[in-house]
Formats: sequence, structure tokens, C-alpha cells
Amino acid sequence: MLTTYNYPKFEYRTPPEIASGKTLKVPVVVVGAGPVGLGAALDLEQQGVPVLLLDEDDTVSIGSRGVCYAKRALEILDRYGVGDAVCSKGVSWNVGRTFFREQEVYNFNLVPEPDHHRPGMVNLQQYYLEEYLATRAASRPDIDLRWKNKVVSVAQTGKTVTLKVETGDGVYTVETDWLIAADGARSPIRRMLGLDIEGKIFMDRFLIADVVMKADFPAERWFWFDPPFHPGQSVLLHKQADSVFRIDFQLGWDADPEEAKKPENVLPRIKAMLGDEREFELEWVSVYTFQCRRMGSFNHGRVLFVGDAAHQVSPFGARGANSGLQDADNLGWKLKLVMDGKAPEKLLDSYSEERIFAADENLVNSTRSTDFITPKSKVSRTFRNAVLGLAKDHAFGRALVNSGRLSVPAFLTTSSLNTPDCAGDTFAGRMLPGAPMDDAPVLDNGDESWLLSKLGHQFFALYFTDDPGALDAATVAALSDLSVGGIAVQPLVISRKPGTVGGGIRHLEDPRGIAAQRYDAQLGTVYLLRPDQHVAARWRNLDAQKIKAAVAKATCNA
Amino acid sequence: MALNLNPNFSEAGKRYFNAYSPGDDFYEMLINTHRDLSDEQSELLNARLILLLANHIGDIGTLREALNVAREGV
Repeated sequence: MLTTYNYPKFEYRTPPEIASGKTLKVPVVVVGAGPVGLGAALDLEQQGVPVLLLDEDDTVSIGSRGVCYAKRALEILDRYGVGDAVCSKGVSWNVGRTFFREQEVYNFNLVPEPDHHRPGMVNLQQYYLEEYLATRAASRPDIDLRWKNKVVSVAQTGKTVTLKVETGDGVYTVETDWLIAADGARSPIRRMLGLDIEGKIFMDRFLIADVVMKADFPAERWFWFDPPFHPGQSVLLHKQADSVFRIDFQLGWDADPEEAKKPENVLPRIKAMLGDEREFELEWVSVYTFQCRRMGSFNHGRVLFVGDAAHQVSPFGARGANSGLQDADNLGWKLKLVMDGKAPEKLLDSYSEERIFAADENLVNSTRSTDFITPKSKVSRTFRNAVLGLAKDHAFGRALVNSGRLSVPAFLTTSSLNTPDCAGDTFAGRMLPGAPMDDAPVLDNGDESWLLSKLGHQFFALYFTDDPGALDAATVAALSDLSVGGIAVQPLVISRKPGTVGGGIRHLEDPRGIAAQRYDAQLGTVYLLRPDQHVAARWRNLDAQKIKAAVAKATCNA
Repeated sequence: MALNLNPNFSEAGKRYFNAYSPGDDFYEMLINTHRDLSDEQSELLNARLILLLANHIGDIGTLREALNVAREGV
């Protein structure tokens, strides 16, 4: 049925262990080559960790699934080397229209805040994202990517996880120090280990249709509450790449999925929605239900759960793959430090704590959207419709309309890895300890670039000043000294004026002062930044001892 | 006191990182307060709630404006 995309078929190769009969011993295995597993493998590989990546299939995600990739995920994908591919193929949209019954209630224009590299979101079919990530992973010599390799058993003894892997040519054994389970909502690894995931299934069904529009149709998000062509339910229309539009029809729990999927039932719905004269071709139809649930802990000994294997949310807000990529980002650097013996295994508890905090935020927000879109009682429907009626004329009503709150990264303000601000150091703005870093335009050796592209995969001390050439020798020495030690902190000076810093310290220019403004920086302000681009600590004055103490705290070495 | 028709929810001591959060916090509380009530009970709850809030606002001019806005859309 799909005409705009050809699924790649990745080559299966007979694993050498089949012939040799030897057990393969590796430091880390990732199971599942979806967006999150591929992301986790690329994250570790970039830090110099060889990764065995196993997937039971030999192609990308089939059909219409994930659509919307939000700013934070795009910034992470930049670090994984596919941000440009995703953004250039993906569709950006700013205008959203909300309809209630026959009328447009209001529209909004999400003009992106200027001076960020990446937009708030791009829409792209999940198979493209996976193809880009898989191609990237296949090009990395330290990623051993094995398609059609299915894990059929998993056992954990002491510090070793043992897997039996089934292929068309037979079964072999893998022993690994660490296992990352990125094997999706039904996670066989989770099931084989007998671990629970708790939550609830939502009593609703949604029909997904991907259609190719023959004529121009605006790149806008249209959301209907109770439209005349689909009474009592909601409908969402989104543009993806290749002029493929994704339509989600809410069906209600009582709908028969097999009936609903039949073209003779789907086509009239779409015609009624688009108007009869508009030509389109149907590419994909499926019916889905969803669950909202998460595991009690995302780490179990040497097994670490990421993405849908660990947590699932309703699709409203695009909080699935977006949060899964943030799991990979949060886990990668911590696992690397633990593997290198530079941090205790306890650091991985913070992976679970921080990502559970984020998962709960995602669950709350997506559940609220679901409850607004699908009222569960008469009074709830009355309030919902009252909000929609008020939204037409009143700003407060528009703020209450909840057709999905787009994925944004969690502010990990309660994390035990943070060092709170010192008494007397006051900061405005939102870059407090635990915050995901804001981007800003910078000059690097005179070339236009972005702050976030200069950071990541290790700790950074970002030191703000005005004239880099005027830094005194003691400051330069203190900054240089940070890069020495068990856990190196890379010093990076950012200044309003051009110039160079002594001691070979890297330097960025902030000619318009946007970085300084976003970080509420003054002369001598210093931020300690985690490898995953969250703020760990900040001070008004440079004090190397305080930075070292904060690094120790952020790595469970305190 | 003119009727405020702009977003106006917040909770003392709570820091918000997304503009929609305080309104969503309130809306969830509102719907949860109705949980497990019959339609008739919900109607009574709404009436009690309006009376409580009206008394808290107190200013008859503001209330008149709110009553008019509410009535216009029905």
C-alpha cells in the first residue's frame, strides 16, 4: 500500500559464533534497533565503548507510528550525527488550528523563539528516523549491528548477563557486563526477567490513516473536537514528509478495529473531512490502543531499560520516542563512567530516578490531554465544551484547551546529582541546577555555530567573561587545572568580545550576549554542565574546589 | 475590578517551566473533584463551587461581567 517509501532490508550475516561455538563476551549489549536502541548504541560508541546491537527484524519501523520530534530530541540527534538529516527531510510547522463542531475556534502560530539552532518540532515518519540512525550506526566500526538476531533467553548472575541469541543459522551465547533493553512496549527482556510494568490501558481506539495529498495542502496541525464528519469524537491532521498526511480518528472503545480499517469505511471518513473534491491516496491504515504505564525501576542489576520498554504514554504530546531518546542521553555517560570505574554503580540509580521523574511528568501531561480530548463523564464533557466555547473569544479559555502538550525535557530540579546554588549567589531565568540547557548562537573562531553543538559527552565548565584576553593568569590556571583528574572537566570560556584565552583553553564568542542573557551570566559566572547538557551547578565566581565537589556529587562520588 | 480574561492560574511557591502547567493543574483538580459523582451530584457541586468563588470575588461589578460573559455563549 505504501508508495512513497521503500523499506530498506538490512543484511543478515551469519554470526561467527555459530561456526566457532564460542561464547561471545562483550562489555555492553543493546537489544532493539528502534530509535532508542540505536540512539543508546551511538551514544556509547561515541564515548569509545564498543556495542553489540541486536534486533530480531531486518528493517525499520513499519507503517505510521511516531511522527513528531521535538527540539530536545533533535539536539540529541545532532550529537548522534543525524540531526541534519532529520531536520532537512522533516516538515516544520508553526500554525495550529483548533475546530469545535463546525467552526474554527482559534488558531495559533508557534513562531519559534529566535536564536536556537533547532525548531520546536519537526514531523517525520518514524521509518525515516530509524533509517538515518541505522545507516549511521552501520558506519561506525565499534557498533556490531546484527539484524535477525533474536534474544530468546536472558539470565543475570552476579556481574554477568547471559543471553541466548537465535538466528536462522542456529543459536549462540553472549555474555555481557551490561544489557540495555530497548525492545519496545512489549519488551521480551522485561517479560523473560519476570519484571512488572504497572499502569492502565485507555479505553479508546484510534484509527491512523496516512494519505498522500494530490494537491497542495498547508503544513499545519488541525485538531477537531466533535466535528460534523466524525461526531462525538476527535480528529487530528498532521503533515509529514513526502506530502504524506497523518490523520488520527478517535473511534471510541466499542468500535470494531477490523471493520474500521476497511477501505470502504476509511475512505468516506477522509472524504467527509477533506471535502469531496480533494484528491488523495491512502497509504496506510491501522487501529491502535495505548497504555499509560511505567516500570517501578528502570535499572535491575546489570539490566537497564530505556524507551517504551520502561515507560509508555498516550500519543498526545509526542512523548514516546522523544522521551526515549532522552533516556539514552541520560544513561550513556553514566554507564560509561561506571564501566570505567570512575563512578559507583549507584550512579545508575540516578538514571532510574531522573528518568522516572521525567516519565511521570510525561504520564501526567499526556493523561491530562487524553482526559480533555476524551471526557470520561457528562460533567467532564460539559466542562470541555465550555472551555472550547470560551476559547473562541477569551485568552484564558485558549490556554485551557488541551489537544496535546508537546514533549519538552524535564527540569531535573530535584535530582540528587545537582549542587544547589550557594547562599548569596542569585540568578534570574530558568537555567537552574537540573535544567536542560538552552541553546544560543555563538562564534567559534569567527565561524557561526551553536552553543549546544560545542558541548556534550563530558563535563564542561562554561566560564563567562567579557574580554577573553584580559583573564588573569590565576583564572587561566584554575580553568586549565579542571581538565586534569579522574573525571575531566573541559573548560570553555565564552565572552562578549573576540580574542583568545591563554593556556590553550577553548573559547567561544557570544557577540550579541544571547548566551549570557539566557544563563543570566555576569563577569566570572561559571556553569558546570553535565555530559547530557543539563546544568549540574553554577556559581558567580570561579572556585575550582567547588567545581570538583560538584562533579563528585553529579557522579555519586561525593 | 475588571474581569480578568487572560490566563491567571498559579500556585504560591511553585515554579512553572511551561505556561500551560498551572491551568492544566487546575483543570485536572476540577475534573477529579467530580469523580464518581452522579450527574445530579455534579450539578450540585458546580452550584456550590460557583457560590463559594462568587463570595470570594465579592465585587458585584466583576461578578456581573462574568455572568454576562458566561450567558453570552450559551
